[in-house]
Amino acid sequence: MRYAPHSPEEVKEMLRAIGLERLEQLFDDIPTEALLKRHLNVEGGWDEERIRAYFRKAAAAMPDANKAVYFLGGGIYDHYVPALVDKVLSLPEFYTAYTPYQAEVSQGTLVAMFEYQSLICELTGMEVTNASMYDGASAAAEAALMAMRIKGIKRIAVSKAVHPDIFEVLHAYQVGQDFEIVEIPVLNGLTHAGALDELPPVAGLLVQSPNYYGFIENMPAFGSAIHEKGGLFIAAVDPLSLGVLKSPKEYQADIVVGEGQSLGNHMNFGGPHFGFLATKMEFVRDMPGRMIGETNDVDGRVGYVMTLQTREQHIRREKATSNICSNHWLMALASVVYLGLMGGSFKELGESILTRSTYLAEQLAKVGYPLRYRNYFFKEFPVHVPNATEVQSALAEAGYFVGPVIDENTLLVAVTEKRTREEIDGLVGLMEGLR
Amino acid sequence: MRRLPPLLKELHKPGRKGLAVPRGGFEVRPAAELLPTDLLRHEPLSLPEVPEVEVVRHFVNLSNLNYGVDTGFYPLGSCTMKYNPKINEEVSAWFSDLHPYLPAKYVQPLLELLYTLQQDLLEVTGMDAITLEPAAGAHGELTAMLMAKAYLKDKGLHHKDIVIVPDSAHGTNPASAAMAGFQVITVQSNEEGLVDIDKLKAVLNDRVAVLMLTNPNTLGKFERDIMEMAKMVHDLGGLLYYDGANLNGILGWVRPGDMGFDFVHLNLHKTFSTPHGGGGPGSGPVAVKKELEPYLPKPVIVKDGETYKLETDRPKSIGKVRSFYGNILVALKALAYIKALGGAGLREAGALAVLNANYMRVKTEEFLPTAYPGLCKHEYVATAEGLKRQFGVRTLDIAKRLLDKGFHAPTVYFPLIVHEALMIEPTETETKENLDAFVEALREIVEEAQTNAELVKSAPHVTPVRRLDDTKATKQLKVRW
Repeated sequence: MRYAPHSPEEVKEMLRAIGLERLEQLFDDIPTEALLKRHLNVEGGWDEERIRAYFRKAAAAMPDANKAVYFLGGGIYDHYVPALVDKVLSLPEFYTAYTPYQAEVSQGTLVAMFEYQSLICELTGMEVTNASMYDGASAAAEAALMAMRIKGIKRIAVSKAVHPDIFEVLHAYQVGQDFEIVEIPVLNGLTHAGALDELPPVAGLLVQSPNYYGFIENMPAFGSAIHEKGGLFIAAVDPLSLGVLKSPKEYQADIVVGEGQSLGNHMNFGGPHFGFLATKMEFVRDMPGRMIGETNDVDGRVGYVMTLQTREQHIRREKATSNICSNHWLMALASVVYLGLMGGSFKELGESILTRSTYLAEQLAKVGYPLRYRNYFFKEFPVHVPNATEVQSALAEAGYFVGPVIDENTLLVAVTEKRTREEIDGLVGLMEGLR
Repeated sequence: MRRLPPLLKELHKPGRKGLAVPRGGFEVRPAAELLPTDLLRHEPLSLPEVPEVEVVRHFVNLSNLNYGVDTGFYPLGSCTMKYNPKINEEVSAWFSDLHPYLPAKYVQPLLELLYTLQQDLLEVTGMDAITLEPAAGAHGELTAMLMAKAYLKDKGLHHKDIVIVPDSAHGTNPASAAMAGFQVITVQSNEEGLVDIDKLKAVLNDRVAVLMLTNPNTLGKFERDIMEMAKMVHDLGGLLYYDGANLNGILGWVRPGDMGFDFVHLNLHKTFSTPHGGGGPGSGPVAVKKELEPYLPKPVIVKDGETYKLETDRPKSIGKVRSFYGNILVALKALAYIKALGGAGLREAGALAVLNANYMRVKTEEFLPTAYPGLCKHEYVATAEGLKRQFGVRTLDIAKRLLDKGFHAPTVYFPLIVHEALMIEPTETETKENLDAFVEALREIVEEAQTNAELVKSAPHVTPVRRLDDTKATKQLKVRW
């Protein structure tokens, strides 16, 4: 296959126009010693059918969520994706466009971005957000950097109950920037509030709720505690929980971040999805990433443009708020379509997840798998098992995938609105059989 | 006044339901029965309630206001807006319902595909090891700069704290270097548009950690002194970094590894045909020479006998730059592209991209000067400085007038070292007819500038909205409904 349309005659004609005879001459400006004197050793040249067969064989050999039953969690979940989402994401004018640099021919993207910003603000109760981040973990790390910029303090407190990848990203940023992370320990599955008493001055506190174990944190208490100490409160949330659970505004969050996969994105083996970062208007100039604003054209008609670009790398270069350039817009677009379809059912959706997770936890407790800690949860929770890896393997052999494994005796179980009573009872039955 | 479709919010009527929540054999219980009230949301939540058919029309109508590669010619310089093959979209979607925490034994076929892509990208770049984790080009740059920092710390070279960036570099280069804690020094280009070797020598010293280069550079020029530059940097114990944004201009003809580069990021959404998505998701793998391998972000996809592993036990790793393993679906699209073309096809694509760019350059030079004339690679930069001086018509006006004529505009006002810059990158997937049509449109605009400047200065005229007030957008900030 080739996607270049040139016929041999056209190549000749175009070379003639340039004053050359052979394609090789186009590379005459490259030092001979650097030139590759052979073809790349890359297998290919396949037709479409061969490409299909190659990928089909691999896809068919794996237990995806259409073949197996997923109770997997830990940041990515087998959520319901309405049929329309994939259709909209496949509209060529959306997915083959680039960043809306030429606003007059990009109003489709820009309007949808403005809607996205509005919806994220609505969900979180924040005043302003950007047009998406890469994912939840990098958004959380960017929020930490942002808090340190705002407060001028190179120290950030982070709950140990946040997703471990958030720590990994913060550690990577620490390689480059000189800041300190104060880890707030976990006690019985929840961030240990008592540990805040001894806290040195920090730019902010990052707490995730529901946390990595699925438990709902006492966010109002953390908000008050960190504000008393003069720091910013950074909340990492699951946007799908916000129809039911207290909004970040209600517990005085200053910056809100999260992973957006639950809003209409497939699991995609961990990527791509999108992250979001929302905050108060007073911090807008410290926010990383692209932002869309409403304005008028010369005829007075409403239109949308990228705005506050003076924070960004293409203008500020090394003084920019972040190096982020492209975000994960197409995945964020999925969330706009999703919320457009589910807006009227959003609270019910949260309740349907809560109904299922409560039911599953009760049933598992009945057959000898109690919650690891007795806390409130939303869609996932850790259960106490004799040997987590063995239980996980045995269930997998039966086509039920559960996890991740937290420690030797703890297995995380997640349940989404896609799981039926039959599937949930099936898991309970299998686990009962393992005892 | 509004000519745009109404916002979702305006399609809202209370009590409408879009789609039903999956029942699954459950009666939904109210949250207040299941959780204490102090955990529940009390602030009202106002989301649009819109019937499905109206949601469909909303987005289809919005998409009609957009211009994509599938609409027409999109010569956006340094963005490599090549055709996005449909087979890539189809086959990658078959992997969308896999969870990242599936035990590795169940995802061996996927890991094999990713490993194959890694091997192919290593061959294309002439490197030794690679990560697919970074989510975008700029993210790859940051990953690489963090790895450089970790490497220097590990070797005890704490005094090396300077990154040198040419003045023609993408803005992400200095921003990424700064985020990784380096001090950035800019080196000027010479009259040929290349890094000025003497000026480079003047700023090179023992504190220099990395020289970041885009080659071909943003003027489309190949830095032909690259071997000498590499030696100069290496002699001081520094590293040479390759910004892969412009790899399409040398694809299959010269490899960063053979030019002396120590590490490189690739933009799968440029060189390897994956769609730009209106601004992501991209993918920015980072490939490195052996000495930098220990610092790659975790996990690294490795082959151990016949088994593929997501290796996490890597004590010198910088950590992670994002969650999980990367933009996997984007990686699979790139693999499908590579398998379509193969080694010979990739080399042909590189040559034809350069052919298209030079053909256009020669044609547009008939009426619009190239800032740095002579052979270019995948792109070139024209300048409208003369038109501005003579007729008051700026590059921005030309760009907007091109929209009227049914084309996407080139990248404008970049690189910063060219006044009134138009950065044109046709890519190899455009026909000669399309190139000719664009050249004619540009020729007409240059003529209009001379005969009817106002027509150009007030463009665009036929787009869904006309020229927008950026100042108002900033001053009266309205970023949500």
